[in-house]
Order: sequence, then C-alpha cells, then structure tokens
Amino acid sequence: MQRESMEFDVVIVGAGPAGLSTACRLMQQANEAGQELMVCVVEKGAEVGGHILSGAVIESRALDELFPDWKEQDAPLKTAVTEDQVYLLRNAEKATKLPNAFVPKTMHNHGNYIASVGNLTRWLGEQAEQLGVEIFPGFPASHIIYGDDGRVAGIGTGDMGLDEHGEQKDTYMPGMDLLAKYTIFSEGCRGHLGKELIAKFDLDKDADAQHYGIGIKELWDIPADKHQPGLVLHGAGWPLSEANASGGFFLYHGDDSQVMVGLITDLNYDNPHLSPFDEFQRMKHHPLISQYLEGGKRISYGARAITKGGFNALPKMTMPGALLLGCDAGTLNFAKIKGVHTAMKTGMIAAETIFAALTNGDEGGKDLTAYSDNFNSSWVYDELYRTRNFGPALHKYGTFIGGAVNFIDQNIVSLPFTLRDNHEDYAQMKPASECTKISYPKPDGVLSFDKNSSVFLSNANHEENQPCHLQLKDSSIPLMQNLPKFDEPAQRYCPVGVYEILQDAAGEKVFQINSQNCVHCKTCDIKDPAQNITWVTPEGGGGPNYPNM
Amino acid sequence: MKILVPVKRVIDYNVKVHVKSDNSDVDLANVKMAMNPFCEIAVEQAVRLKEAGIASEVIVVSIGDKSCQEQIRTALALGADRGIQIDTDTVTDSLSAAKLLKAVVQEEQPQLVIMGKQSIDTDNNQAGQMLAALLDYPQGTFVSDMSVESDKVQIVREVDGGLQTLELDLPAIVTVDLRLNDPRYASLPNIMKAKRKPLAVKTPAELGVELNNKVTLVAVNPPADRQAGIKVASVDELVEKLKNEVKVL
Repeated sequence: MQRESMEFDVVIVGAGPAGLSTACRLMQQANEAGQELMVCVVEKGAEVGGHILSGAVIESRALDELFPDWKEQDAPLKTAVTEDQVYLLRNAEKATKLPNAFVPKTMHNHGNYIASVGNLTRWLGEQAEQLGVEIFPGFPASHIIYGDDGRVAGIGTGDMGLDEHGEQKDTYMPGMDLLAKYTIFSEGCRGHLGKELIAKFDLDKDADAQHYGIGIKELWDIPADKHQPGLVLHGAGWPLSEANASGGFFLYHGDDSQVMVGLITDLNYDNPHLSPFDEFQRMKHHPLISQYLEGGKRISYGARAITKGGFNALPKMTMPGALLLGCDAGTLNFAKIKGVHTAMKTGMIAAETIFAALTNGDEGGKDLTAYSDNFNSSWVYDELYRTRNFGPALHKYGTFIGGAVNFIDQNIVSLPFTLRDNHEDYAQMKPASECTKISYPKPDGVLSFDKNSSVFLSNANHEENQPCHLQLKDSSIPLMQNLPKFDEPAQRYCPVGVYEILQDAAGEKVFQINSQNCVHCKTCDIKDPAQNITWVTPEGGGGPNYPNM
Repeated sequence: MKILVPVKRVIDYNVKVHVKSDNSDVDLANVKMAMNPFCEIAVEQAVRLKEAGIASEVIVVSIGDKSCQEQIRTALALGADRGIQIDTDTVTDSLSAAKLLKAVVQEEQPQLVIMGKQSIDTDNNQAGQMLAALLDYPQGTFVSDMSVESDKVQIVREVDGGLQTLELDLPAIVTVDLRLNDPRYASLPNIMKAKRKPLAVKTPAELGVELNNKVTLVAVNPPADRQAGIKVASVDELVEKLKNEVKVL
C-alpha cells in the first residue's frame, strides 16, 4: 500500500486552544469573505480534548475576541472566580496566607473562570466543525514533509497497524501526507515536531534557554459542605522547598462539588532523588489542602509538562511554510500561570496573517514575517514583555526574594532591566551521591496514592503490539551512565511509572520502558540529563483519555 | 443482498467507569464515547461481505439522540453505504430497541442483520434474540466464523466447551463474537467521504413504534474497594488467620 496525499490550504497539528483558535479564525474570515478555504486539524488523541490537561483558571480575553457570544453559545466557562488566596507553605503543617496587598497583580484572578481546558477544547472543536474545519482525532502528525527548497510543505500522519518490530500487521494502514500552503504547529509544550523545527531553522538562536515544569493534577469529588465554588488557592514552598526545588500548587473549586488540585514542579531541580509525583502526593496531606479533600473521592489523574520560559525564551515563531504557536513555542504567561488566552491569541493572529497573505495571492511556503509584526503589536507581546523577569527572578533568587522582586516589578514599578536564566533544565541535575535522599511517606490510599492506581485513572491506553514511542538514542545510557551517576532519575520524574530498573532472571539489571502507561507529558524528553530520550508519536488514538481535565 | 448493521454508542472501553455520586447511573459527562466493540466487528463483517461481492449494500442504524450520528459516521467511514438514526432521547431497553429495529427491517427488507452479541455498557445480550423472535427469523448468536452462500448463511457459534456449526435460511439475524474478525482502521479520506454519505433521521413515531420500556434503571453501585493486604510474621499466624478470621480452613 502506497502513501496517499491530500492538499489543504492550512494544516494544523494539534487540536488544542492554539490550533483550534487558528482554525476557527481562518474559517470565520473565509466564510465572511465568501471564500473557499480548506483547513484541516490533525489530533493524536482519540477525541478532541482527551489529551488536554490544565489547571485551570482561564482569562477569557482571547475567547471574548474570537466568539463574543460565547456565553450564549454555552461555552464551558461557568464558574467565575470569587476569591483568591495565596499561601506560603512553611512545612508539613504550617502555612502563611499572603495579605492581598503583597500578592503580585498577575496572581489576582478577579474576572477569570475556573474551568476544564479539555472541555473548552471540546467546545472549540464543535465550533470549528460548524465553521467548516475538518478535524481528524486519532491521527497524529508523525513527521514533517519538507519541500525541495527546504520549506515546510506539510506533515505525514503515522502508519497504523505496525507491530513492535515495525512489521506490518493484518490491520496495517499507511499514514497520509497532508500538504499545505501553511502548516501550523500547535502541539503544546515540547511538541516533538516543534522541537525539530526549532533545531532545523535555528528558531531559538536569539532566545534564552527554554524552561519547563511538570504539572500533576487530580480531580476530586468533595463533600458539598466543603465546596466553595469560585475559590482559588495558590501557593509555594513546602514540600518542594525541602529539596531546594521550586514550583507551586493550585486548588480550584469548580462546579458540581469538584475541586482540581495539582502541583507544578519546576524542572530545573537538581536533586535526582526528587520525585514530582511523590511530592504532590505528600503535599495533599498538608492541612491547608486536606481540609478540602478529606471525605472526598479522587476521580481523575493526569500530568503534563508546561513551557514556562516566557518572553526571554520565546523562539522565532515563523519559518518558510510554517508557524509555531502557543505552548509549542512557549507563550505561556508564567507570572499569571496561564497559557490558554495567550495560546488562543497567537492562533488568531496567525489566522489573520495567513488569511491576508492568501487573499493577496500568496501561494504558500513563505516565511510569514508579517506574523511577527502582528504579534509584536498585540496584547500578548505586551503581557509577556511586562512579565519577562518573573520566572528568572524566582530561579535566581528563590521563592522568597524572587517573589519580592516580582511584587515590586508587577505592582510598584516596572524594573528597567531584564533578568536572564540561561541554564538548561536538564543540565541542572547533580550526582546522586552529592544529594540528600528523600524518603517519601507511603501513600495512605485515602488522600495519597501510588503510581499504578493513578495511571489507571488517566484512562491511558496504547495498542499493545506496536513500536515503542519512547526512543533511546543510545540504549546503553540508562544503565551505564544515568544509573551510576543519577540513580536513573527517569524512575522518579516520570509521573506514571513508564521507566523502571528491574532485574532479569540472571540478576542483571534491565531498563524497562512501559510505554503503554505513557500520558504524553513529555517530561522524559525534557529532563533526561543525557537528552537521550526522544518522545515520538505512538499509533493514533493512544495515550490518556482525560474527561473534564 | 442488503445487510443491516445496528450499532450502539457506548462508553469507550478504555475509560474507567465512574459512578455518579447519587448512584443514578454511570457518569458520562465529557467522557469519551465510541462504537460498541462488538458492533464494530459486525460492521467489519458486513463490509467484508460487500467487498467480496456478496452484499450489495450495507446500512447502519443506531438508536439515540443526535450524538449517535458520530458512531454512524464511523461505520460509514469503515465502508458502510448509508445510515439511519432513530432519533430519541429515551434510553431504550432491549425490547424497545428490538421493536425499533424490527420496524427498520420491515422497511428496508435486508436479507441479513449482523449485530454485536451484546453492548459493553449494559451487557444484556438480548436485542438480537428479541429481534429474531419479533420477526420470526432464524438466529445465530456468538458467531466466530460465517460464510454466505446463495440463500443460506453458515455460522460457527462459540458454545460452552466447543464450537457449533449451524446453517440458517435467509433472511436471518446473526450476532457476532470477539473472534470473528479484527476491525480495520478508518482511513482519513474515508472519514472525509463518510461525511457526505446519506444519513436519514427517523423518529420512533414515524416507524410506528411507541416506546414503552419494561426495564427501569434503579441504581448503579461500584464494587466495594478492595481491602489492603497485610503481612503475617509466621506460618502459624497465617494458619491462625485463615482458620479464625477468614474461616477457610
């Protein structure tokens, strides 16, 4: 069977907020102008929204612009934020509430909504289909197709029905080449094609090192008498502070007696014994958190890396024939811990730039530098520029002094200089022998859980007999290099237990990859100290199936 | 020869089922839904019979609100020719479903109805048998192999402890089991083409059926949580516990 190809005006990789906003805005303009436009979105998840995981408190600014009537159209932004509380967790028992006057302005959430970004994405998908967009869930873009002149000409979807050795099974179906005048890459944080584009076109040559965090989230049904719809809690400090690591927790009271609770661990931590999963599990025992969760039931679990380098780390977003948008580029506003509104806006700007070009007879394949001008004069640029010091200040000076610098920068006077943080996250790891071992408490099965019961709730599944989608550049590194030096940290940074060091029958150590557990968070691709793990797309439809995340 | 394939929209088999807090039902809000896996096998079999030149047309039918059109489109992308949605907000019991399907059979006059042996949500295993009884057609259930020749269909049934081969006169009802085939993947161009294939919407009233469920869902309870295990210090303690606590010795 030969690969077939199809041509579109615009092909979009990833049905998330950025990709779907691009699709919707393109078709809105085309329909208004009575012009035909072929727009297609490919999505690796089995359904739109099934791979999306976010906090989330959402600022509706971009949505207001894209669909001014979103309230009438029943968009799933129902719970307005009623109260913001920011805490510093001092230890396992104590927390100090920051007086409102000392909270950086960016952390004020009045006017924002607590919502599931998965459900917002499902809603955006419906709007896009109604506008005439072709959406193909279950079809991952596995590789980029380049033209003879080096421009991006489209993407290829992955083959289906290959066995673990890459041989064709009875159900084999070749992937398709989807060619486009312009291809949009909106895969979310650390997209595997975005990563290739950044390297190939040297998009980050003027940018600082990118920074990441891993967010682990759970959804809980809690007793109605403890539920306060609209209450937002944020905080930092314990337990990560014990290992000298940084990050922050969130706890949002959404609708239907549900709370979303999670911990973001900055991936620049240096102690290889640290386990973001276990940090999160023990954090839930803090009285500030457990007061809400006790008597409740955990109903969903998931994890996803976030791109948080902000303005200083932002790569060039255009290249011949393609644009890199949203978290795939890194437009999250870390000072607000929000990336949905900025991602959506980058999509809308891209759609307007592309539509203008195509109407002027552009045949595609150009480096749409007009996008950069439009981006630079938008509110996203302004927002990201003003908060450029937020992350670097925390990395440089720590949670306390960095926090104070941020308070001054955001609330009192905009600091006239730029702080930089050019150390790659993966290069921060210190040898295991130089670091304190962390002994994590055993999960109690009530508030805290083990990885197995957690991955179960992510509904993760991959067709069993297929090529492993977590590839090692050098298969000897885990045992020969990472194990002796770092006690193979993959065993701990992976939030679903994909990586294990086991002993075979002969007593030899083996590095096992349980790829069927993978929830596509991309942490291994980011944090492996040897940069030896490459995440590629598995067979379409594989991965988590998150409801309401 | 026309083949009719009824398909059902159910919770995706990958999703871990979560019961609503009031125990009224399984929570389906924003949960991934899919075609019942046995129905998918039925669609695949019908499409293979069409590709083999035995069937001339494959019609899929589903009962439910507008959302079940998604599963009809999936079947069309797999190779079925047209779809019928029986539009109702009522969750039908097996007998109501069989009555609706009977009306469709009488209208369409297929020679063969191929359907899943049961749906993975309610696990009733009734609709196919009831449909055969209402139509007074021969039925072959739990089918793991089948072949059609002129006006007969030969089927292999999976029965306790072995296989049973039967020959049925057409028209007939066949309900399929897991081992009959491995359903194909829908290709991207076929998904696009499926959007343009005909899909008719009919109401139960148009089919002359009054929905009158005899079975009502009263409550759903999840299984009790498994107790954590314990470690015993000695064989004696183990024997003591088995004898006096668990009382199995």
